[in-house]
Amino acid sequence: MSMGPYDHALLQSLLGAWALAACSPEETAAVEAHLTDCGTCAEEALRLRDAVTMLHPQEGLDLAPTLRARVLDFARLRRRPQVPVPGWAAAYDAETARLDALLEDMGESEWAAPVTLTWYDGDATATRETSVAGVIGHLVAVDGLPALALGLPDPLRLGGGPPGAPLTSPVERTEAIWKQAGSEHRVQQALTPEMRRRHAGTVRGVWRDQNYQLIRRASYGAATVADLNVPYGPGLALPMRDAYADRAFETWVHASDIADAVAYPYDDPEPRHLHRLIDLAVRLLPGALADRRRAGRADPPAELLPAGEEGRSLHLEIEGEGGGDWFIPLDSPAAAASRKGEVAHVALEAAEFCRIAAGHRAPEEAAAGSDGDRRAVREVLYAAASLSRL
Amino acid sequence: MTHPQDVPQRWDRKMQQRLARGEAAALGELYDRHASLVYGLAHRVLGDEEAADQITADVFAYLWQHPDAYDPRTEPLRAWLARIAHKRAVRRLRWDEINDQKERGVTPTPQQEAASEERIQALAADARADYIVQSMPAPLRAALELAYFRRRDYRQTAVELGITEAEARRRLRLGLQLLSTAGRMPDGRPA
Repeated sequence: MSMGPYDHALLQSLLGAWALAACSPEETAAVEAHLTDCGTCAEEALRLRDAVTMLHPQEGLDLAPTLRARVLDFARLRRRPQVPVPGWAAAYDAETARLDALLEDMGESEWAAPVTLTWYDGDATATRETSVAGVIGHLVAVDGLPALALGLPDPLRLGGGPPGAPLTSPVERTEAIWKQAGSEHRVQQALTPEMRRRHAGTVRGVWRDQNYQLIRRASYGAATVADLNVPYGPGLALPMRDAYADRAFETWVHASDIADAVAYPYDDPEPRHLHRLIDLAVRLLPGALADRRRAGRADPPAELLPAGEEGRSLHLEIEGEGGGDWFIPLDSPAAAASRKGEVAHVALEAAEFCRIAAGHRAPEEAAAGSDGDRRAVREVLYAAASLSRL
Repeated sequence: MTHPQDVPQRWDRKMQQRLARGEAAALGELYDRHASLVYGLAHRVLGDEEAADQITADVFAYLWQHPDAYDPRTEPLRAWLARIAHKRAVRRLRWDEINDQKERGVTPTPQQEAASEERIQALAADARADYIVQSMPAPLRAALELAYFRRRDYRQTAVELGITEAEARRRLRLGLQLLSTAGRMPDGRPA
């Protein structure tokens, strides 16, 4: 029998391709002729052909977004953590994981989507177009503020960078990282899909590493770092616990920006976390109101009260899971506020309040029920919108 | 079963230590890295989201409760988790089958029992095959993907991967050889 140009070694090397029907017709015929008189090859051929039947497309399953919390809660019930994630860092842990899962589920081409960032600047909506990578870079840059306060490396200095004091304004930090990384939508569009994917992968990796570092530091530092001051630009600072809530809020807001850009559904945070985020925004309201008054954007208070004294208040009722009732002092940030001094009442859904505070909903368009002093209602809703920034 | 050499062993070792210390943040990171593997295997065997959710919770809770059950010196964490998930999913499948028969009040004939066992074994082998494909070295996986899912012959596969035709033949054969071990238990016994 003639094997022509085919010898046993060549035919054997063809067995995988043969089983996959990936040979030329001539090679296929030669392999099959060989199998009738070579027992070793016949046995292997059978085995490989069976193996082909086990190949099937990966299902590409998306895990339920709520599964992570369920799995972790279940495990923590069975064994109490010696080093828990403190309550004030839990929302940050959950929200960064949700965004990461969204990025994981997104298709390659979707990384090219332009994303519009929206915030409230003074008395009007401001927007800025960037890429998905640009949004993640923005999160990296501002998450860098609590990171710096905890002694972690500045993500703006990863490539060395100029010496000097680190930037502390969220806007300046964002502009700096965009310039460094070339994340602008225009720049991104000019890249090949492969380079764009690689760029996004790198930015995502830096972001995720920093998330994990922050969560670990919070866990090990817990009580000792909770009240450390985190500088947030000139004249602004937040205690660490609030900085984490602020970062969780921003992570959620920008994750929904990305989800909108690629038309994916994206849920609100779990109620226990949502409540913490709303509580932070509400606590920042009196200061924001005072800022607007100083800038001439709101009328001066009827009277300035000494700190701690009871004055006029606005009753803010946030409906839905995660909501609650808050009383906001209207006359000065340090005044006490309770139901006794209530001159106005605003009721709105938790998600709607967050949209205003994120600058995604103009205060005059908010779906809010209100009664009482209309000027107070207006001023508080505008103060909420002024909490937003790039 | 062979293990890919590119497994980050340092990560596995540190993770095991952090879990042993009771660090909740480590559990979150573990989930983020491996949940889709565990869930995917369970879902392949059980074909049901709720059941796959439950297996996922069981597997992570088990390692969290017994961090010493995993020894980083013997195998990658990924392989260990896959094994535990697989074992639990198959056990659950058997359990469901028995319960189902009890509920219907039927005693299966030996033929029915054999058929049901065969079905379980086939599902188990499918899930193992998935895992093998996912964890085989990337060059082998890429060759199989081109030849099988995108219907390239081995010469086109060689061109697309920028390798020689001999190398393309070698990768396709080796990939299938790895895959053919899915029908066996890890120790070489037929499943």
